[in-house]
Amino acid sequence: MQLQLIDYSIMLIYVGFVVGIGFALKRYMRTSADFFLSGRSIPAWVCGLAFLSANLGALELVGMAASGAKYGIATCHFYWLGAIPAMVFLGIFMMPFYYGSKARSVPEYLKLRFDERTRCFNSMTFAVMTVFASGISMNALAQLLHSLLGWNYDLSLLICSGVVLVYVLKGGLTSAMYTEVLQFFMIVLGFAPVVYLGLKDVGGWSALKDILQGVSQDPTKLGINTHSFGPDAWTSVWKPIIPGPEANPMGVDVFAMAFGLGFVLSFGYWCTNFLVIQRAMAAKDMSAARRTPLIAALPKMLFPALVILPGMIAVGLASTGKGGYHLPQVSISDSAYPAAIAAVRDASKQLERQEPAAVTAPIAAAVHHNLNADKIAALVKDNQAQPLSDADIQTRLQGAVADPDYNGVILSLVQKYCPPGLMGLALTALLASFMSGMAGNVTAFNTVWTYDLYQAYLAPNRPDQHYMSMGKYVTVVGIVLSIACAYVARNYSNAMDIIQLVFGFVNAPLFATFLLGMFWKRATSHGAFFGLCGGTMTSMLFHGCTIAAGNTPGIKGAWISTVQTFPSEMAQNFWLASFAFSSCLILTIVISLATSRTKSDEELKGLVYSLTEKVREPDQAWYATPAFLGTLLLVGCFALNVYFW
Amino acid sequence: MGLDIRLPIGMMFSLLGALLAIYGLATGSDSAMYSSSLNLNINLWWGLVLFVFGAVMLFFALRSRFSKK
Repeated sequence: MQLQLIDYSIMLIYVGFVVGIGFALKRYMRTSADFFLSGRSIPAWVCGLAFLSANLGALELVGMAASGAKYGIATCHFYWLGAIPAMVFLGIFMMPFYYGSKARSVPEYLKLRFDERTRCFNSMTFAVMTVFASGISMNALAQLLHSLLGWNYDLSLLICSGVVLVYVLKGGLTSAMYTEVLQFFMIVLGFAPVVYLGLKDVGGWSALKDILQGVSQDPTKLGINTHSFGPDAWTSVWKPIIPGPEANPMGVDVFAMAFGLGFVLSFGYWCTNFLVIQRAMAAKDMSAARRTPLIAALPKMLFPALVILPGMIAVGLASTGKGGYHLPQVSISDSAYPAAIAAVRDASKQLERQEPAAVTAPIAAAVHHNLNADKIAALVKDNQAQPLSDADIQTRLQGAVADPDYNGVILSLVQKYCPPGLMGLALTALLASFMSGMAGNVTAFNTVWTYDLYQAYLAPNRPDQHYMSMGKYVTVVGIVLSIACAYVARNYSNAMDIIQLVFGFVNAPLFATFLLGMFWKRATSHGAFFGLCGGTMTSMLFHGCTIAAGNTPGIKGAWISTVQTFPSEMAQNFWLASFAFSSCLILTIVISLATSRTKSDEELKGLVYSLTEKVREPDQAWYATPAFLGTLLLVGCFALNVYFW
Repeated sequence: MGLDIRLPIGMMFSLLGALLAIYGLATGSDSAMYSSSLNLNINLWWGLVLFVFGAVMLFFALRSRFSKK
């Protein structure tokens, strides 16, 4: 696909503005607090949109469309069951402690509430995790741009991260947040017309629903799933979940969905992840800090229309075959071709005796993907009639792949509907989401490194300017490390799976520690630390003893022994989180009761619910209070669940 | 912080909107180009939407700037 001058101009204007914001803010960066905390001076609506945007990285955008295609509207549970209630809880109940304690980061809150051990554990895992997360996301984006637009992998990586580096270095957290607001609008306004055109093309929502009801009864045709489901599996949120894991493409049951995803994983992410909470901590006052997640929750509630719907539209279009559209297929890796071509030639020598399926099997094994048996049979036959060149076989092999590349779904729609001009806008939106996610990771990383690791353990009691320049150095280091991780992710995808797994273990129980820390004054530092370690061990053991159907024991689970088999990886993951959380909760309670408190009531003031005065906001109209806004959001969320029941 | 973010947002989107709309006008006769967008001159219409959004942002940014002075 060729881009035109107009597309490049749009991208350049965007880059010009984000870099310009960085330079415009440079003169306000005087102290380390300005650089890392925006001097606690940002208005609530800016914090709210930045809060949302920092989470809306390219991986989120691409991944949600992918899940929309794979699982249908039930993907909305990540929003309507998980994110929104968690954001409301954060704003109403937890923000007073994060903001009121004057902690500069989430790990620092743990230090104030418990002790250094918990902080150290949390800050180290968080710092490493953000770098890897950023690297994985960069790799995914650069691969996508490479495979679909033919852009140079190294160059797109370097340019994008270079832009982020410049504006974060110049304006610190403030410029990361301000550009996130701009990126938020860019993402929404860049993708909305694509979704509109797609929806119009399939004939509107009700027509799409009809098509998807057909798809869910025969998803094998599109290669989306090997089972068939009831007609509602792609189009209702709860109906396919309630009968049990066999009835929905996610393969999860109601408990795992409600407790594992809705409570443990979502609250764990939104209420403890410094990446998003940092945005609220930068707010100008307590009331703005509490309203930050609430302001973010409103657009978040509507986001499925922008990020999940495109995946569903793509499946609908592929099912009708309208305009020759088909789901993008994964590409065969270059290293697999020699063996595959040899397999084709081999098959050509012995065609008479074999069925298409039998001919295809060894070739599919060589390319490591599912292949369309009829196309392969035709290819082998043609090659037998007249030997084909390597290049011809290669092209036809790729054409026969029958493994949908879900991550390519969103770009395939962009390619289908965007004329030059709009194309530039949509691609800029994709780049914007990538940059906002990356800037989020980098700013969270440099703060945790500088305040929670460097200042706490390596070089305490230095002048403020020292930490400020450390922050700048470490911004560069963070970006370089992320780039390195992107290359690791590209070349050793197994290593990445292991790393993500380990962080899954650490994160699953974390919310129990915060919950008890904030709402139970009797929780002790021994309880917190050993409870967290125990929770992490539980997730490891759980993973070692369970596996999802269809996976082989090893990195996917059951590396100790197979005690329980789950219908899907998602179900395994949700149940793992539920177990890890519960064991951390119980262990922390038991150990806390068995050990004596190390912090007095006086020391815990402002850190624990029962010892902190209720936040008084007398000058606020009733309709602007967090409690009212939160209730409104929950009602809206409930209504959406019922409407799409 | 001394920068009103509505100002750059307003400037950027009105610029992008104007650019896209003018490009849409200039290419409006090219029906082959707009067959992909369901025969709708999406550049022109979406450009106008962006322009209006940018103008509204600019209006509020400038209004608060002048009312402060």
